Amino acid sequence: MNIIVCIKQVPDTEQLQKVKVDPQTNTLVREGVPGIINPFDENAIEEALRLKEKKGGKVNVLSMGPSQAAESLRKALAMGVDEAVLLSDRLFAGSDTLATSYTLAMAIKRIGPFDLILLGKQAIDGDTAQVGPGLAEWLNLPQITYARKIEVNEDKIRVERVLEDVFEVVESPLPVVVTVTKDINEPRYPSLRGLIRAKAEKISTWTAEDLPLDKRRIGLEGSPTQVIKVFIPKPPRKGDILSGEISQVVDKLILEIEKRSII
Amino acid sequence: MDFSLSDDQKMILELVEEVSQAEFALRADEISKKGEFPGENIKKLAELDLFGVTIPKEYGGLGMDYLTWTLVSEKISKACATTGLIFGANLLCTYPLMVFGTEDQKRKFLPPLARGEALGAFALTEPEAGSDAGNVQTIAKKGEDHYTLNGSKIFITNGEVAHTYIVITTMDRSLGPRGLTAFILEKGTSGFSFGQHFEKMGLSALPNVELIFHDCRVPKENLLYKEKRGFRVAMQTFAAGRIGVGIGALGVAEAAFEEAKKYSKQRVQFGRSISSFQAIQHTLADMATEIEGAKYLLYRAAWLLDQGKPFEKLASMGKLYASEVAMKVTTKAVQILGGYGYTKDYPVERYMREAKLFEIIEGTSEIQRGVIANKILKE
Repeated sequence: MNIIVCIKQVPDTEQLQKVKVDPQTNTLVREGVPGIINPFDENAIEEALRLKEKKGGKVNVLSMGPSQAAESLRKALAMGVDEAVLLSDRLFAGSDTLATSYTLAMAIKRIGPFDLILLGKQAIDGDTAQVGPGLAEWLNLPQITYARKIEVNEDKIRVERVLEDVFEVVESPLPVVVTVTKDINEPRYPSLRGLIRAKAEKISTWTAEDLPLDKRRIGLEGSPTQVIKVFIPKPPRKGDILSGEISQVVDKLILEIEKRSII
Repeated sequence: MDFSLSDDQKMILELVEEVSQAEFALRADEISKKGEFPGENIKKLAELDLFGVTIPKEYGGLGMDYLTWTLVSEKISKACATTGLIFGANLLCTYPLMVFGTEDQKRKFLPPLARGEALGAFALTEPEAGSDAGNVQTIAKKGEDHYTLNGSKIFITNGEVAHTYIVITTMDRSLGPRGLTAFILEKGTSGFSFGQHFEKMGLSALPNVELIFHDCRVPKENLLYKEKRGFRVAMQTFAAGRIGVGIGALGVAEAAFEEAKKYSKQRVQFGRSISSFQAIQHTLADMATEIEGAKYLLYRAAWLLDQGKPFEKLASMGKLYASEVAMKVTTKAVQILGGYGYTKDYPVERYMREAKLFEIIEGTSEIQRGVIANKILKE
């Protein structure tokens, strides 16, 4: 089976102090910030590799972002993915989830026939969880979100979804778009052989010119979401900490509760 | 003189550092307390292709140099000395196979070792033969199409978890070193079994086991190098192995130093961090300096080996110095942590117990001084 995994490079959470916000567009400045593969997307890569190991076929990985996102694609190659494509163009900058899913959908059409599209359930920077579902809409495919288990039989897929307080089991014909949670697997480390192979591998970079895009649907122009303001919330009120002997603390606590008429 | 690492080396080390810290370091304390073989770690090393670093591509490895292997081993040992020593003991099997093995032997034995499916071990030490390697008593008797081995080996690292063993025997006890003969032995060979499991002061998760040969039949084609030329196999293997043991000691020293440095910055006495006291500062300075010195002796030894130049003297110097530095640094680390350092709540007492082994194995410090003196007096 042929699988396409869409990944996003996100700022390394250990280097968050380096992340800046563009005052013009209120979007994150990604250039120059060390990036990692969005952790949920690593689960998607791992799942794709496991399905390939079982069923054969090919795994493509696709990402949209600045040129440094190629590092994340290279890591995916080192993990064992067959081919990687980077969508990179100034014109894509400032894309919201609608423009992003549109651009990815157009790139997927160019990559060719596939049985399954996998993504992480959401990115840890934007946390929208909209690109997977958006992609399914653009491609006019069924979508299954929050997967924690995937089984493929013939031309059908059976997925266990993680919902608020239940698991839901759903089936769908292929092709289908599935987003995965971190419960689904433990992503592998790349092997040395994989790293060395990936270093020599070519990563195709496609620009806006390479895809039959409607220019009004991409980048900032194609993005109806406008970030009005980005701010750091004020820390909440400081609580009082009672200390001392337990019995005294309990007495003080009861007094406080009565004083504030909490009960 | 170029001290910079290649892009490949940097890339590999970044991965090894990540895995070592995220997995091996976390398990190090538990496996030591339980005395449990770190099978998970060994599986991980195999998955990452690390057992194949120095094995040529045609035998299923990555065909990289010993310097890279040394750097990798340093990272592993810093996170978990036990895992580092298992990794190192494996080299004592792959190295002589690569240097002395016939084409057929290499084709048969190296690929599974490169994939980590088979673990290697090297067996010379006996109750009566260690520093005095020529006094090996395990006897090999030549038959029609096989050799028959009788005797036993002790303290063998990777003991029963290994699959492929290099065993040093004698074909004539009266000849001393000139009677030694090396064989490749596979687990499951008839007459080959395991005996006592040795309990140790530290590194309790590292298997050190007795090997027993009772009319053990080794096929003729498993003779390594030549009859009665096993002393050379042993000596050259030891020389390379000393780089591995030295780098293991260095890893332990580095781990202890970092723990001591971290603690000294956090620990407040007399109203200030103890790292602000000159006594602690000088101790940390000495520790860091000695670690740095040991590192370059070992790197240079590995580099010489890669260049095909004589490396034995540097390997002995590196092993001697690094193991003594490890002992000193871990002792000082316990001192810096004071009462806490002596408890099992902190890892430094374990490091100190681990460090001692490195002054003994692969030639004691006394033997290393002998080797070095012998070389320098001839120069």
